[in-house]
Formats: sequence, C-alpha cells, structure tokens
Amino acid sequence: MTLDALNLMPILPEIILLVLACSILLIDAFMRAGSRDVTYWLAQISLVVTFVAVLTGMSMEQRLSFDGSVINDALSDVMKLAMILMISMAFALSRSYLKDRDIHKGEYYILGLFGLLGMMIMASAYSLLLIYLGLELMSLALYAMVAIHRDDIRSSEAAMKYFVLGALASGLLLYGMSLLYGVTGSLDIAVIRQAVLGGEVPKLALLMAMLFMLSGLVFKLGAAPFHMWLPDVYDGAPTAVTLYLSSAPKIAALALLLRLFGDGLIGMLPDWQMLMIVFAVASLFVGNVIAIAQTSFKRMLAYSTVSHVGFILLGVLSGTADGFSAALFYTLAYGLMSLGGFGIITYLASRGIEADQLDDLKGLNDRSPWMAFILLVIMFSMAGIPFTLGFWAKLAVLQAVVEINLVWLAVYAVVMSVIGAFYYLRVIKMAYFDKPLVTGMPVQSLDMRWVLNGTGIAVLVLGLYPAGLVALCAQVF
Amino acid sequence: MSFIKLLFLVFASSAVLSAFMMVTTRNTVYAALYLVLTFFSTALTWLLLEAEFLSIVLILVYVGAVMVLFLFVVMMLDVNTAATREGFVRFLPLGAGVAIIMMLEMSLVLGPKLFGLDVYPAPVPKPADYSNTEAIGSVLYTVYVYPFEIAAVILLVAMVAAIMLTLRRRPETKYQNAAAQAKVRREDRVRIVKMDSETRVDDIAKQGDGA
Repeated sequence: MTLDALNLMPILPEIILLVLACSILLIDAFMRAGSRDVTYWLAQISLVVTFVAVLTGMSMEQRLSFDGSVINDALSDVMKLAMILMISMAFALSRSYLKDRDIHKGEYYILGLFGLLGMMIMASAYSLLLIYLGLELMSLALYAMVAIHRDDIRSSEAAMKYFVLGALASGLLLYGMSLLYGVTGSLDIAVIRQAVLGGEVPKLALLMAMLFMLSGLVFKLGAAPFHMWLPDVYDGAPTAVTLYLSSAPKIAALALLLRLFGDGLIGMLPDWQMLMIVFAVASLFVGNVIAIAQTSFKRMLAYSTVSHVGFILLGVLSGTADGFSAALFYTLAYGLMSLGGFGIITYLASRGIEADQLDDLKGLNDRSPWMAFILLVIMFSMAGIPFTLGFWAKLAVLQAVVEINLVWLAVYAVVMSVIGAFYYLRVIKMAYFDKPLVTGMPVQSLDMRWVLNGTGIAVLVLGLYPAGLVALCAQVF
Repeated sequence: MSFIKLLFLVFASSAVLSAFMMVTTRNTVYAALYLVLTFFSTALTWLLLEAEFLSIVLILVYVGAVMVLFLFVVMMLDVNTAATREGFVRFLPLGAGVAIIMMLEMSLVLGPKLFGLDVYPAPVPKPADYSNTEAIGSVLYTVYVYPFEIAAVILLVAMVAAIMLTLRRRPETKYQNAAAQAKVRREDRVRIVKMDSETRVDDIAKQGDGA
C-alpha cells in the first residue's frame, strides 16, 4: 500500500490546495452573484495556507515518493513558493478589472487554484505520466480562463486558438513520451536518465522522441517558431487572465524543461542543445523585432514574452548548473516584471475603458508620477538597463552561455536586447514626454494598489540588491 | 503469415482508413461514425495485445458513451461544412508536405531495424487463467493512485469549465416558485388605497389658478 505518511507528506501542499479549492467551489456555488469578493478572499487565504504548507515542508535534500515518480527538492519548493506568490498577486491585480467587465465570476479564482495545482504537480513531477497529467490540468484551467469573457468575440477566438494549438502541442509531447517509454521501458525520469547515459538505447529513436517532446514543450512555452498563438492569446484574453498566463505557468514550463532535458535526457545534451539554440535565436529575433511594430501595449508585452522565453532557453541550453540557476533566476524575474507590466494595464483600466494601447500610456507622468515611475522601473528592467533586475537576469544567462564557449550566441543576444530596448524606451518616452490623452486616474482598491506598488518596489530593490535571489537560485542546483 | 498477423493487418488498416475518412468526409455524422470505427479497430488491436480489459473499456466508454453523446451533439448542431472547408485547397500542399515528411521520418525510425523482434522480443503469452483486470486493479489504487487522483481532478476542472462557459442565467425566463406562492398573504397582493372622489377637470384647473 502506498497511501502512507511517507508518501503523503511530500504532496501535503497539493492535497491541502485541492481540498481548499474544492471547498471554495462548493461555497461559491451557494453564494449570491454579488458576493464574489468572498470567493476572492477565500482564494487568497487558501494560497496563504498552501504557501505555509510548502514552506514548512521545505528541505534542501532530495526526497522521492510514490515509487520515485514524485520529487521534492529545493528546486520544486522554490518554484512552488514563487508560483503561489505570483498567482496571489495576479488575483489581487485582476479583481477590479474583472468586476468592471462584469466577468467577476468565482470560477476565475477556482480555475486559477486548480491551474496552480497543475503547476505544483509539474514542479515536482518525476515521471512522464505525472508531467503530462500536471500539464493537462494546468492547460485545461488556462483554456477555460481565457474564454471567461464569453460574450467577447476576441476572447473566444483566443481561447479557441489556444485550445486547438495546445492540444496539438500535447499530442506532440505525448508522442515523444510514448517513444521514450518504448525505448527505455520506463516512465521514471531517473530510470530514463540511466538508460540514456548507459548508451544502449538506439540513438535514432531517442532523437525522434526528444524532437517531439521538445517541440511540444517549446510550443507551450511560446518560443519561436512555435510562438504564433502567443500574441493572439495574450492580446485576446482579458488582461486579468493574461496576468495569470504570463507569470506562473512559465515557471512550471521551466520545471518541465529542467526535469525532462536537464535531468532525464542530460545524456543527449549536444543534441537538444543544438535545437534549443535554434529556438532561442528565432525567439530573440521575433520577440524583439516584431514588437517594435506594435501599437498595442498588451501585444508588445506579448512579443517581449517571446524574447524573454528565448533568454530562458539560453540558460537551459547551457546544460550546466550555472545555466539552470540563471534560467530559474530569469524566469522568476520575468514573472515579476510581467505581473508589473500587465498589472499597470489592469490598474489604468476602468469600467468601459481599456488601457491596453500604447497611446493610453501617453503622459502618464502628468496623471500619476508614482505610476509612471513604476512603469519606468519595469520597462528599464525588461530592457535590461544596468542595475535593474532584468539586467542581472540577462547577465547571469549570458555568463552561462559564454562559459560553454558560445560567445557568438551571447553577442547575438546582446544585439537583440539592444534592438528590443528601443520599444521599451519608447514606452517611457510616451509616459514622460507626451501629452496625456485623458486626465485623472481610476480609483482602485487598496489591495490592488499595494500589490502593484509592491511589485514595482520589488523589481527596483531586487535590481539594486540581487545577491539574495541569485544565491537562492544557485543553491537550488 | 499467421492468423493473428492477418487479423492485425485487417484491424490496423481499418483503423487508419477510418481515421482518414473521418477527417475527409463532408458529413459530420458520418465523421462521428468513422471515429467510432477507428475506436473499434483500435480496441480490437488491443485485444490482440492481450489487453482484454482495456479493449472492452475502450468500446464501452468511448464507443458506448462518449461517441453516442457526441453524435447527439453533432446532430443537434447546425454545422456549416462549407465554411469549415474554406482554405482546404489552399493549405493542402503545405499540410500534405508536412504530413509526408513526418510519415517518412516515422517510418525510418519506427521500422524493424530499431524496433524489430530481435531488439524487443515479443512478450511471453500469459497463461489462460491470467486476469489483466486484476493486474490493473492491483496497481491502479496503489502504485498509480496519485496520477489516478490527478486524472479525477482534470475531469472536475473540465466539468467546472464546461458549466462556466455554458450556464447562462436568463433574467427574462419565467418560472414558478411554489414556496413563494404558498407563502403569499393577502397584503402582498391587494392594496387598499384611500382616494378622494373624482373631481372635474375644470375644477382642477381652477385650483391650479388659485395656487
């Protein structure tokens, strides 16, 4: 029997989250339509409880449970904590936006919690079966969340695109997994790792499996040339959902990359490294060059996501512990910056008014100097201006790339970031030097203001004192 | 060629053919029926692999329940097949090209060279009294209990999502509330109003002038 304390303790946070999410689902069903704030606060409380549960169960050593299919190590714990934090922030930043659009449904929070459950399962999955199930749980919740604004045709279109392409990516991933299972005879990453390192598995079949799995995963991450869905989905989805989409799921996707490729298929490093270089080069180009032509702030941030994904891939493809920790650092930094960026859109929006165009940011300094400052910090950080969080993240990744003697790749990445800096700086120019098109600021709730201010300050402070976060990411590997 | 191999070829080719027909047929109901045939042929190949339980479950669950439901949905929806075929010819060369390349790759990799009987010998057939239902049952709730529960959560999420996207509260719909009807008192329905007796219009006009 495997349902004993030894197995259940490591997945206690997941169990707690599931029980709480199901309870909220029940409570929400019996509440009147006007009292969704209760659901919101209950969701926040359950996030806090789950956070504490992960924190108390944290340990630096690696623990395997469920016959080696679940892994709990520092990496999974740090990722889970970051995911919970980011989702809590995303909830806080999106409540008033949802209310103003009459889509403040309890399901947003409930599906959000279930999506988090999927991500947490992904973060500590150590078998192909769990990886796939966690991914599907997360994706299913995300598809539904994108479609939450049912009467909005763009949102429905985005959901449909996301669903169909996501299903295709899942199919690719599953095909690769089935081949890998076929040649290694096991679903466990540890066994697969040994089999691949042993070298008795036919190389050609392994290559095929790796190709399919990498394509599927990169599809989900949104790296070029599989990025086509990303701008449409990020732009079409309600900004509240985009907030959610762009932060924590990226951490979960990184977890899969690190477990599958950084651990299971580490014996094939030269092969997947080459493929990832192609993806990274394409993503950096597409993300930075196409973003220049955007007039929508939301779409611009979506393209900037593609380029950030390129940087994350740069960290992973180095195949070294330094590279992995740089990728983790970059993903955490990116999640924070993206929450800030999309958070500003939800902050400036009010009933009947979307603030997702670049023109909406014009003259922000005249309207609210403090908001303009937060925007400045976040844009500088995304562009990688020295002594901001984004700069340290880019630096760490580039160091990892240079360490494995791919200097040309590092130079290319720097050139692309310089091109990308143009559109980030353009946003700042609009906010500080252009005349505002509207006056006044929407009045937002206290928790939202706190969270957005907190995000801005966190990006600023972590940029000035990055040592703690860097050390944490380095300790994990 | 042994009889089992012949059976396999028949089932496998019918699975592939019906899958192809399912994608290309114009009529959505036919497409659903072809999908049933695909499931059925697949189930039969599983039977050849001695996975009797899974094979029967596939037929019971997918053919018996899921596809029948799906067929109902397809019949009720008025799907415009012409609109869905738009761009079919335009994208055909690209799609066919990708499909052919993938098929070539797969046939190169999945051929007998890498997956032949000399590399992966056929498993020894189980004795006649072997129950693979029991074998599945003994691991499903023990070794695989965690994935099993996650699969249950996935179904729950699918249900929540489906209800969220389709449940529409219609304020204009009228329905009876029996409890409220029984609870009603005279005072809720009848209001006795004290009013002045009628006055002539020109009297009102006069009052207006006076005021």
